[in-house]
Amino acid sequence: MFVIKSESRRQTFYMYLFISPWLVGFLIFALYPILSSLYYSFTDYDIIHPPQFIGLANYTEMFHNELFWRSVTVTLRYTFISVPVQLLLGLGFALLLHQTLPWRGFFRTAMYFPSMVSGVAMSLLWYWIFNPQIGLFNYMLSWFGIHGPAWLMNPDTALYALIIMSFWTAGSGMILFLAGLQGVPASLIEAANLDGAGRFRIFLNITLPMISPVLLFQLIMGLIDSFQVFTQAFVMTQGGPNYSTWFYVYNLYTSAFKEYRAGYSSALAWVLLIVVMLFTAVIMRLSRRYVHYEGGSRR
Amino acid sequence: MSTVKATRPLGPASRPRRRIKPVKIASFTALLLTTFLMLLPLFFMVSTSLKSKREMLKFPPTFLPESWAWSNYTDIFETLQFGTLYKNSLIIAGFSVFGTLLSSALVAYGFARYRGRGNNFWFILLLSTMMLPYPAIMIPQFVLFSKMQWIDTFLPLIVPAFFGSAYNIFLLRQFFSTLPEELFDAGRMDGCGELRMWRTIALPLSAPALATVAIFAFIYSWNDLLTPVLYLSSSDKFTLPVGMASLTSSRFRIPPWHLLMVASVLAMVPIVTLFAIAQKQFVEGIVLTGIK
Repeated sequence: MFVIKSESRRQTFYMYLFISPWLVGFLIFALYPILSSLYYSFTDYDIIHPPQFIGLANYTEMFHNELFWRSVTVTLRYTFISVPVQLLLGLGFALLLHQTLPWRGFFRTAMYFPSMVSGVAMSLLWYWIFNPQIGLFNYMLSWFGIHGPAWLMNPDTALYALIIMSFWTAGSGMILFLAGLQGVPASLIEAANLDGAGRFRIFLNITLPMISPVLLFQLIMGLIDSFQVFTQAFVMTQGGPNYSTWFYVYNLYTSAFKEYRAGYSSALAWVLLIVVMLFTAVIMRLSRRYVHYEGGSRR
Repeated sequence: MSTVKATRPLGPASRPRRRIKPVKIASFTALLLTTFLMLLPLFFMVSTSLKSKREMLKFPPTFLPESWAWSNYTDIFETLQFGTLYKNSLIIAGFSVFGTLLSSALVAYGFARYRGRGNNFWFILLLSTMMLPYPAIMIPQFVLFSKMQWIDTFLPLIVPAFFGSAYNIFLLRQFFSTLPEELFDAGRMDGCGELRMWRTIALPLSAPALATVAIFAFIYSWNDLLTPVLYLSSSDKFTLPVGMASLTSSRFRIPPWHLLMVASVLAMVPIVTLFAIAQKQFVEGIVLTGIK
């Protein structure tokens, strides 16, 4: 009994020793900022002078602020188109590439390649592609006799241009799906095949459930990422034209670091945090019925 | 509907047939087409980067430069202090990768090998920080770092990496959990200390996972725009993304597309090189994270 106790103590001691860098980091770089941003959100604060408590004023202002609502609609519109299509594309590519085909390695690398260009370089490249006069996009449309719009300069199309651009990096999701597909036991599929199940049924009843954890992971991560779009808006459109790409985080950044309203911006930050948590919780809840984990246990 | 067809070859791959199935031909064609579309922008990125200022404005864009303007690649170092930008980004990314590897490997080892009290609680907390959006914490972090007088230094971009990052800790923990306990028993028998077992047993066996983490950390730091925009104010401290973003600013009436593309190509070089060197480890590592 005594031995067991000292062994568990030893384990606990070494565990905390090894995880202490993260524990300290968690306190300084996560917990403390979250709590102080909650406090700031109830204050008038310009980062230079001490914060003045003003109660719920930031939150009430937010809900009456037109730019806030604009940023919400822009972000949700982007999310609801970009995330599902990216998932479908990634899954589609992965299914195509999961077969034994010539040049498989080449295709896999080529599809993943665009994902290596993310960030400012990608924004610069697509800034040129969407140029109405000399860009590649309208040139390719002209092959089909289509006269393309002025993409990033037109309030009706700017957001869609950014959505189209997001599809270009579907290859990063494809890699994860490919990994998931490799985990599907071939014996299951062969058995179903012998039972006379068609391709569609096998996909629906075996493949899809087996890769559902990967799908869930990517859905949640994709949502969180797309709620945080910043680089594209900063580099390509500055939120314009006419606020058509006024993304939530761009709005948050502008109010804090251009208008020096860190209190109001902290309120925006907290709303973002709550929305992300809500979305994640709802998806996790709904997914319980559909996501399959090996051994039947949920984690 | 291509998804439907594609599931087929999962099964009887062991029984090859002479006749090439139409499904495969269709898949191959679909892949060829999409790959072409995916690579086309990249092709034009490189080709435009080698065009003259006059030619870059031509419509329709020429596939290959009429005259190869290699001088673009030297010009950018003069007009944009590209060398400084590159050096700054490399310094920051280098320290971030080192910090991430060191701390994430330590923390992951702690979670994987010791069933201490509270293990589950802290691990779930760690996972939940993956959902924490950076913008939600950036203002207090900014206030904190400005109180420490770290504004306009590289420290805010480097120091947090030394405290581990959730995704990488998760990845490494999954890997460390697969190492057989016997190895460590043998080490303990030989009188190996815990830290020494981490360094001499766990780390050398985890090369693929560590390579993946290194690549993730490098890509993250190399591409990051928001943090350097917040913390760096003097132009000789700018990172590559910040300097590149300034290229689109209004100081040019017509954006210098050829130079923008040179910058994009050069920004890709380290990532592609890294990927080429560590591709095998990288894909293996992703397989590890992808499965669960």
